[in-house]
Amino acid sequence: MGKILMKGNEAIGEAAIRAGCLNYFAYPITPQSEVAEYLSRRMPEVGGVFLQAESEIAVGNMLFGAAGCGARVFTTSSSPGISLMSEAISYISSAQLPVVFVNIVRGGPGLGGILPSQADYFQATKGGGHGDYRLLVMAPASIQEAVEMVMTAFPLAEKYRNPVMILGDGLIGQMMEPVEFPEHLRTEPSNKDDWATNGMDTRKSSKPNLVKTLFLNAEKLEEHNVILKAKYDRMKREEVRYEPYNTDTDYQALIVSFGTMSRVCRTVIDDLKAEGFETAMIRPQTLFPFPEEPIKQAALKESCKVIISIELNMGQMVEDVERSVQGGRPVHWYGKAGGDVPTPEEIIDVIKSFVS
Amino acid sequence: MAKTFKKPEALSDQPPHYCPGCTHGVIHRLVAEVIDELGIRGRTVGIAPVGCAVLAYNYFTFDFQEAAHGRAPAMATGIKRVRPDLIVFTYQGDGDLASIGMGEIIHAANRGEKFTTIFVNNTVYGMTGGQMAPTTLQGQRTTTSPAGRNVEEVGMPVKMAELISALETPAYVTRQTVLKPKYIVRAKKAIKKAFQYQIDGRCFSLVELVSTCPTNWGLTPVESVKWAEENMLPYFKLGEYKTPDDVEED
Repeated sequence: MGKILMKGNEAIGEAAIRAGCLNYFAYPITPQSEVAEYLSRRMPEVGGVFLQAESEIAVGNMLFGAAGCGARVFTTSSSPGISLMSEAISYISSAQLPVVFVNIVRGGPGLGGILPSQADYFQATKGGGHGDYRLLVMAPASIQEAVEMVMTAFPLAEKYRNPVMILGDGLIGQMMEPVEFPEHLRTEPSNKDDWATNGMDTRKSSKPNLVKTLFLNAEKLEEHNVILKAKYDRMKREEVRYEPYNTDTDYQALIVSFGTMSRVCRTVIDDLKAEGFETAMIRPQTLFPFPEEPIKQAALKESCKVIISIELNMGQMVEDVERSVQGGRPVHWYGKAGGDVPTPEEIIDVIKSFVS
Repeated sequence: MAKTFKKPEALSDQPPHYCPGCTHGVIHRLVAEVIDELGIRGRTVGIAPVGCAVLAYNYFTFDFQEAAHGRAPAMATGIKRVRPDLIVFTYQGDGDLASIGMGEIIHAANRGEKFTTIFVNNTVYGMTGGQMAPTTLQGQRTTTSPAGRNVEEVGMPVKMAELISALETPAYVTRQTVLKPKYIVRAKKAIKKAFQYQIDGRCFSLVELVSTCPTNWGLTPVESVKWAEENMLPYFKLGEYKTPDDVEED
């Protein structure tokens, strides 16, 4: 199959189906309602489940139930909706269930706005819901990458028995680009007989399965949290993904940027190169686990004077960048949070002011 | 000599943690007996609420999931939609179902989700220590209504069976009780009907059960039964509120 021109939101919905996920629960919210509209038509065509719930709280708990009985499930939403789902995300993480969440981030806090934003970086990577849990978070910079990340997310969620979040922004959802659905990324749901409440007859067992999150005994809860932490540590070892750009030069400034913002930064790096001024970028593709070591190595290059985290928010990822660089070089932040994406010219001025 | 009365297969050997005189034990047993009689243990998934019955899964011998507070109907919806062949029921108290989970139960009922809800109404939050619930009776003292429920401030107690039966979609809505043996026989019949309707592919059913909470009411088990009969039954009236296709049944 060749490339087709698709809107990001529709491509994300189609990618889930192509990945082998036929169960979708959702609640409409701008700027991603097209996913639900698209899947309300497509899911019946492929014999799948589409349900528009009464709220994002209900969506989260429908996913909790459906994943608990062994089904492959996903949802899409946007920032305020993810806040409401955060209750279920905490439970789903504790119950160790594979679910894929797509957040097409809009501006915040509160109702904020409907334009592109990366202001949910903290919510996605540091919690959002209560308790010690982590999501595996991937951030696409193009619709093609969004498609591939959605398709990869399901086997990853099942490998770790943990929720995976795709953190996009309004541009990823609303933009149209040519996309291709890689056939090799289609996977079959894994066997879940060991833990899923899929009915004892289904798995030919006389032992009931239980999906739970309550551990009243201190030792048991400690043990449970240690198991969860071991998974997050394994993700840090095995799942870090990033893309270096122009890092084989003697760059004076290192940019760290993800998603839509990183595409503007590529233009900046190319424009500055034409002026004879080398800069480079590390683009995290996974926000958790965060590419700490690659950023540290790139930051410590002899020629590099400053590191600048450029984000569509008021400075969130910069804290992880500082943590990665560990004081080896000055780390700055630049960004906007109203919905306008900074222009290349604006960023060039900022970089020059930090380097001089 | 042949055994004529034995523990249902769907009930485990674990001694329950419920207080003396609590009606959860009776209701658990009725659910287990019905599951045995219908032969559905191998394809049943129960959903435990937040509340006294949070550990219900310890007492049954089939698959179980434990919900967030009030969200059992959403969880049941998720399961039943992706696995329509499974028999799914939620087991919820009045704080869980009528307060924090009001949105989830109303919408699940109105969509006609094909699962069964066992709703245990004892007018208080049991697990957290006897606070006022939406079902607490007028003037009833609880730890958060020490002077008695003031309906001028918090309104009248919610009648869930009436509320759910006002919706067009649900298949079967009934209110029963387990206060005395004669009631228990009727309650079991209602629970069995609700599960049978689910097996038959009928949509949502709710069995409300008027129950006691001796510990939080500060009464003995015997006094509790008397109090419930005198105070709850006149307000929470027993009966069939809605039957499939509104056909009257015996």
